[in-house]
Amino acid sequence: MIDTLIAILASIGTLFILFAAIGMLRMPDIYLRLAVTTKAATLGVGLLLVSAAIYFNDLSTTTRVFAVILFILLTAPVSAHLIGRAAYIIGNKMWEKTHTDELEGGYEWHSGKYGAPKKPIDQEIEEGED
Amino acid sequence: MSLEDYLYFVILPVLAISVILIFIRLLKGPSIPDRVVAVDLLVTIGIGMTAVYSILSGHSTFLDIGLLFGLIGFLGTVAYSSYLEKQKKK
Repeated sequence: MIDTLIAILASIGTLFILFAAIGMLRMPDIYLRLAVTTKAATLGVGLLLVSAAIYFNDLSTTTRVFAVILFILLTAPVSAHLIGRAAYIIGNKMWEKTHTDELEGGYEWHSGKYGAPKKPIDQEIEEGED
Repeated sequence: MSLEDYLYFVILPVLAISVILIFIRLLKGPSIPDRVVAVDLLVTIGIGMTAVYSILSGHSTFLDIGLLFGLIGFLGTVAYSSYLEKQKKK
C-alpha cells in the first residue's frame, strides 16, 4: 500500500519534470521558458521529496524534506525574477506573438541608462542603482 | 515488480532523458540567460535524483545534499543575473 503510494507520487513528480524539460526545449522565448522552470519543475521535485519522506517514515527525515521543499519554494521565484529582469535589461527579444509588454520603454539598455525608468514603474531601482 | 525495480528502471531513466533534453538547450541556447535557466533547472533535477537515490540506497543522509544543491543553484543564478546586469554596453 505504502509502496503504491510512493510509486504514484514519484511517477507524477517525474512526469512534471519531463514536461518541464520538453517545455524548456520547445518554448520559443526565454520568458516562457522561465515560467516552465519555476512552476513545473518545482512541483515535480517537491513530489519526489515527499515520496522520499513517506518511504523513510521518520521525524528527522520528514523535517529535512520540509526544509528542502520550503527552501525551493522560497528561492525559485526569486531567482526566476532576477534572471528574467537581467534578460529584459540586456535586451532579449520577446516572441513575436507576445502582444503585451508592460515594461516597454522602462529600461533603456541601449542608451546606457538601464535601471532608470522613464515611466515610474519601479521606484526602488532608481534609488538603488548608482 | 517491486518498488526498487520501478524506481530503478522507470523513474531514473525518465529523469535522465529530461536531463539530456535540458542539456541540449544548454548547448544551443541562443543567449546567456537561456543557459543560466538551463543550469538552474539541471540543479533542480539533481535534487530530485538525489531524493530517488536516497530511497534506493536506504540512506536518508543524501537529502542533505539536496539542500546543498538548492543553495548552490540559487546563489549561482543570483550571481549570474547580477553580473549580467552590470556588464558594459557593447
